[in-house]
Amino acid sequence: MSLLEVRDLSLEFRTRSGTVRALEHINLEVVKGETVGIVGESGSGKSVLCFAVLRILDAAARITSGSIAFAGMDVLRASESSLQQVRGREISMIFQNPRTALNPIRRVGRQIEDVLATHSATLREQLKPKAIEALAKVRIPDPDRRYLAYPFELSGGQCQRVMIALALACDPQLLIADEPTTGLDVTTQAAIMQLVSDLARERGMATILITHDLALASEYCDRIVVMHAGHVVETAPTAALFRAPAHPYTARLIASTPAPGQSIATLASVPGNLPDLRRADLPSCRFQERCERALPECVTDGLPTTIADSGHLVRCFNPL
Amino acid sequence: MIGLVLKRLAGALPNVIGVVIVTFLLTRALPGDPAAYFAGPSATTEAIQQIRASLGLDKSLAQQFALYLRDLAKGDLGNSLSTGQPVLTEIRQRLPASLELTLCGLVLALSVAVPLGILAATRPGSWIDHLCRLLATAGVSLPTFFTGLLLAYVFYFLLGVAPSPLGRIDVAFSPPPAVTGLYLVDSLLARDAALFRATAGQLALPAATLGLFVMAPLMRMTRASMLGVLSSEFIRTARASGLPRMKVLYAYAFRNALLPVVTTLGMVFSFLLGSNVLVEKVFAWPGIGSYVIEALVASDYAPVQGFVLTMALLYVALNLAIDVLYGFIDPRVGIEG
Amino acid sequence: MNAATLRHVRYVATQNPVTLAAFLMFSVLVLLALAGPWIAPYDPLASDTANALNPPSVRNWFGTDALGRDILSRIMVAARLDFGIAVSAVAVSFAIGATLGSLAGFFGGWADRIIARIADTIMAFPLFVLAMGIVAALGNTVANIVLATAIINLPFYIRVSRAEVNVRRNAGYVEAARLAGNSDLRVLALHVFPNVLPPMMVQISLNMGWAILNAAGLSFIGLGVRPPQAEWGIMVAEGATYIISGEWWVALFPGAVLMLAVFTFNLLGDGLRDVMDPRMRT
Repeated sequence: MSLLEVRDLSLEFRTRSGTVRALEHINLEVVKGETVGIVGESGSGKSVLCFAVLRILDAAARITSGSIAFAGMDVLRASESSLQQVRGREISMIFQNPRTALNPIRRVGRQIEDVLATHSATLREQLKPKAIEALAKVRIPDPDRRYLAYPFELSGGQCQRVMIALALACDPQLLIADEPTTGLDVTTQAAIMQLVSDLARERGMATILITHDLALASEYCDRIVVMHAGHVVETAPTAALFRAPAHPYTARLIASTPAPGQSIATLASVPGNLPDLRRADLPSCRFQERCERALPECVTDGLPTTIADSGHLVRCFNPL
Repeated sequence: MIGLVLKRLAGALPNVIGVVIVTFLLTRALPGDPAAYFAGPSATTEAIQQIRASLGLDKSLAQQFALYLRDLAKGDLGNSLSTGQPVLTEIRQRLPASLELTLCGLVLALSVAVPLGILAATRPGSWIDHLCRLLATAGVSLPTFFTGLLLAYVFYFLLGVAPSPLGRIDVAFSPPPAVTGLYLVDSLLARDAALFRATAGQLALPAATLGLFVMAPLMRMTRASMLGVLSSEFIRTARASGLPRMKVLYAYAFRNALLPVVTTLGMVFSFLLGSNVLVEKVFAWPGIGSYVIEALVASDYAPVQGFVLTMALLYVALNLAIDVLYGFIDPRVGIEG
Repeated sequence: MNAATLRHVRYVATQNPVTLAAFLMFSVLVLLALAGPWIAPYDPLASDTANALNPPSVRNWFGTDALGRDILSRIMVAARLDFGIAVSAVAVSFAIGATLGSLAGFFGGWADRIIARIADTIMAFPLFVLAMGIVAALGNTVANIVLATAIINLPFYIRVSRAEVNVRRNAGYVEAARLAGNSDLRVLALHVFPNVLPPMMVQISLNMGWAILNAAGLSFIGLGVRPPQAEWGIMVAEGATYIISGEWWVALFPGAVLMLAVFTFNLLGDGLRDVMDPRMRT
């Protein structure tokens, strides 16, 4: 049974310099308890997609087609008040740059209490102990003292743990982690990812991990969704994706991920840049201009969905 | 926290020293004979000689400065020629009137500017937003004394809504027993509702005049600051956590947006204390502003010196208070020193 | 001013009708300032007590004051005085302040500390109060109003130029000039300063409005300009006593023109900012 179902979602932004077609015909499914990775270059629309799921988009955003269903609820038609019940309680999100994602002049303990007070029926006297408990669960040392800390007094890793505590305070069914370790050093990265992974397993919580780091995704995700310029180009279970990537873009991404023992000179790269999404003359496949396997139909015909294997979908006229 | 206050006090000290030195230079640097200035236009030669001796004008500049400091420490700001009273006494008598006026002007300005600024920021592009921007540009163009006259003309002469703009209290009433010197507070303390209303009526136009000028920078800053904060990342986290809109606006956005507004208060007080003089003249308000204007007309110099010194020291104290207040709101201040 | 700049100016002007209006108003003011005494219908100093306090009429468009003088003529002539005071004060303030600030920003060290201390000491006073003190101390003349206004505006120019110079101090072209053998002072004067000028233009325009208000305020309380001179502030002061008895025109017209002048400079400053702001360029 799917927890989150995104069907044929298209989204655009109205800006002064034109309309940016940020997402087109996105399909995404997350099943209870699984960890799905969304990978792609910066600007591929990964974060925008998740903002749409929570409906915390900018005012300039317009959803032009499609639907989003979470646990049976129609997210796009729901009222703001019913969505407020869902955010932070059923679906939570953690962000990149944990220090700027927290209120700089409010103690972290109080920020956790704010979430608890909003979503759970916790009594006032119970708020502080529950907040400290939340901090302890994310393995912050000395949670009693850290409860009183301000974000600027904590390290990057500690701030990220606080954010995770905030997100998990009310036991959500789905956690969206938007590049949670990008701003952190490697050791802290590993610790944070392990924490998220352990907590998710303990609670049977589904996770969406947004990252541009393919290696990270390969290690922690059950399934991977590859995005390019606002399109989902390939979806597959992790092992299958790395063993037999079907989309040329995926193959290039994998080839450009450094492996231990590999010299930088042999590192491949993905040629070209993301196309300007304001253009009116975009080809049907937005990878077409950078692809060496492009066919004439890639420009004009609507993209097909080919099933390469069970659970392995690719949107390409000329898959590998 | 005590450390912060002490550090700020130490920081204010150079300003106090600077103020004292400048006021000293202003009075002793007078072209011609300073003694003649202080003695007044109708003084006899002996009187001028006396003044010269008491001011120490025949001594070196350093000695004069020492004398000046000694007089200040004793609270001796000289005597007013027209009234013969010690300047310090007269200033002390009149200060509450000016303070009450300035405070009311500030409160009025804040209570209009801040909500409007917040509204404009939460509804960008709306008519409120455009109105705010227009008021902000127009507000700083208004000459305070002209606004006062206009308001008096419209509300007193044309509409008859405001009381006669002459003074602090209508002749029919007598002032309340002095506790703070602020008539509004004192009339409340004396539980005299009619007196309170009368006092408030007299305060309305002058306070509005003062407030109008500073409303503009306050509104502009609130709007800009709020806009900046609303698009910041921690607000997105708050929204993603499902926090109710009011909590996000007030506890998260507004408190953070307040910081630059508090900093703006320094400039606001500079305007308020300066424009005070103009407003007091227009409305015949018996504060230290009209005191110094009378002194200027009579070429009575000691009160002018006292006035400049008092206002400057008051301003230093206010800036100190603002700094400390900022330190209370923003916990990051201590580390940046 | 090459073709591209002119095109850009025209673009900004058409996009922003308000700025265009401000520029037109500014031109009118300049015209008045230059030609005032010659285009005024009556002698601004000629009193005619028989015609005192006449409301606006065909003969006197803005009415007459307590001494029977034509208010319109006085306003036109006053433009010259007020404008002159503002321009002189801002010029002096800019010259000294920008020099000091540039030195402070460029050389740093004890020059910076001393100059910052001077600016801070001036800013420790409520500015209008300091101006009052200066004019009262030095004497009740127009020259002293200019001096006082210039002094209280110094910190403003010191700060802005110091910041701008500081930003550019380590720029590539500065290094290049130094390496070419120019002395520090030459680098500052010939290379850094010309680049600081454009952003300062915006500040100058905004400052002009404030300088006029300041001068008018001082005159209103009797400092600086003496009757029978025509100056907007003193005209409002002269009219103040009559406004409560209903002769509104004596104070209103000078005050309105004063307000318009300040408003013009503020709008112009905002418009200049738009021209300078590279984000507005297509």
